[in-house]
Amino acid sequence: MTDFVQALVNGLGQGSVYALLALGYVMIYKATKVISFAQPSLMIIGGLFAYHFTRVWELPFWIGLVLAALCGAVLGMVVERLAMRPMVGKPVFTLAIITIGVDIVLRIIANRYIGVQSKIVEYPGGSERLSVGGVSISHQTLGLMVVTALVVVGLLTFFRKSRTGLAMRATALDQETALAQGIKVGTMFALAWAIAGGLAAIAGTFVATQAAGIEQTTWIIALKALPAIIIGGLESINGAVIGGLAVGVVEALTAVYQPDVAPWLGANFALVAPYALMFAVLLVRPYGLFGQKEVERV
Amino acid sequence: MSRSALRNRPLLRTAYTQEMAMLNTPAKRRSVLAIVVLAALLPFVVTDDLLLVLTLGMIAAVGAIGLNLVTGYAGQVSLGHAFFIGLGAYTGAVLGGDPEGPVLGYGLPMWIWLPAAGVVAAVAGLLVGPLAVRLRGLYLAIVTLGLVFLGDHIFREAREITGGPGVGRRGPELTLFGIDFSQDGEVLTRGQLQFLLALVFLVVFAVLARNITRSGVGRAFGAVRDRDVAAAVIGVDLTRTKLLAFSMSSFFAGVSGALYYAVVGVFEPSAFSLLLSVQFLAMVLIGGVATISGSIMGALFIASLGRISGEIAHWLPFISDASGSSGLLSVFQLEAILYGLLIIGFLIFEPRGLFGIWLRVRNYWKGWPFSY
Repeated sequence: MTDFVQALVNGLGQGSVYALLALGYVMIYKATKVISFAQPSLMIIGGLFAYHFTRVWELPFWIGLVLAALCGAVLGMVVERLAMRPMVGKPVFTLAIITIGVDIVLRIIANRYIGVQSKIVEYPGGSERLSVGGVSISHQTLGLMVVTALVVVGLLTFFRKSRTGLAMRATALDQETALAQGIKVGTMFALAWAIAGGLAAIAGTFVATQAAGIEQTTWIIALKALPAIIIGGLESINGAVIGGLAVGVVEALTAVYQPDVAPWLGANFALVAPYALMFAVLLVRPYGLFGQKEVERV
Repeated sequence: MSRSALRNRPLLRTAYTQEMAMLNTPAKRRSVLAIVVLAALLPFVVTDDLLLVLTLGMIAAVGAIGLNLVTGYAGQVSLGHAFFIGLGAYTGAVLGGDPEGPVLGYGLPMWIWLPAAGVVAAVAGLLVGPLAVRLRGLYLAIVTLGLVFLGDHIFREAREITGGPGVGRRGPELTLFGIDFSQDGEVLTRGQLQFLLALVFLVVFAVLARNITRSGVGRAFGAVRDRDVAAAVIGVDLTRTKLLAFSMSSFFAGVSGALYYAVVGVFEPSAFSLLLSVQFLAMVLIGGVATISGSIMGALFIASLGRISGEIAHWLPFISDASGSSGLLSVFQLEAILYGLLIIGFLIFEPRGLFGIWLRVRNYWKGWPFSY
């Protein structure tokens, strides 16, 4: 039982990273109907910003985190302005492929910075762990969960209460009508990308605090948030969070139980378990758990 | 109407079959013949290392044509092409591989392992089909992306078939009609033999694909791409069409994969990653969506990109030749950046790809010296 709860807690910790990334995908999807394959590079670069601020410039962790999120947001806006804005109105498939191109280019630049040694950001709590009844949780994971919760609550309040949030929701609903109401749709696109970039940078910073830090192969993590948004449904903020946490938990549980229960699946099956989960969910519910069914018209 | 009456009016069509013919203008007839003849003569004037690049490019073109069938013609975005390529490569390698080697191999002849590679991949395509039928657009893209990761895991773990990561295995034996394509023959060198083999396969598969696209199936693909609900209303069976598109595309991928790694020799499971899918997508996009000749141009271009960036590196002082850390970028990084920039650039400035550039050039010279 303790093993199970421990796996659950670890899974929720890793799931928080996926949830942050999934939120970014959903932000961009809701505003522009595009799935951004550039999130992996935004996550890596966000983590590297945090590394540079905390290790090279020796700023405190939390200031570094905020600065990294801001830089990530600016980077997201730059990507949107340079690569996405000229393509407004083109098929979404084309835009999605462009984000793949953006990802490749940005990742090469990031790899130049990473080099051969992994870049690790130190979390202020160090390696201390909090134990409750045999289940232990590191301060770093705790911090990650708290930050994720704050970000989710903040985003939801932003969308419910603020004028800009309302404008973004209007843009997501119908761009032309939003335009007719005097909303600057282009600015809303930029804002969506900025939020997504900031979220990716926060996720990247926490990925960098883990033992492995940021290596040239770390970007794969960000792609695991894709099953999360598919499971949750592309349009749903709640779905993204739940999907992200679900993916994290399934991954952690698989890592603990699969070697004993189903050894024929091979070593490290946990790494691809999110994709297997996605196939299972999609066969039952083609639009995810919380997604809207498309109404079709000829 | 007699042939002589048409001599001065080559574009006059008196039947739909003439319009739909594969080479429907005299210029096309002449230029295709010229290109094939020139290509067949190429191995005798070009050095072997460049020939290898072109050989691999032509084999990759078969796979690119396959991806274009499903993504370009039928409009089903697939990021899972690397999985089908890998499936074909391993089917070929197992059936045609050395029976005495450290990994599984049955040593069957090429006329068995090559079609088998295509068929196994096509069956896998059929299995993915049900998902494609229920999903569309970017949902499908993500699901096929998941396929690549699952495939990557399977290839890594099936050590008795693939040799495992870091070790790899040998591809199948390239022997057809008693000719061994893996070593120098009596008349031709190994590179020349392989080039000609690849050329024959490319022509066969390009003609096959062209015929698919101008048949009823091809028109059904186009209808599904343009508006699948409308296509269903006018009587196109969506399930059947999407399944066909996926299995045909996978067949091409399987054959291409088996041949490619037979020529390459030793290959590792990590070859079939997301990057390979993106490369094939780049071939289709840079070449030209929904054109066969575009796929071939795109594949040759992408295949020679490594060579091109190597040449650029000689001229740019800040790019280092090896993977060392001197210089701003290594050749491999330059190559990857070129991919990214080319994909972005083509999509923004010339969405019709190299084929579109060719159209512009052709139309300019058609009217030269007048502007139209």
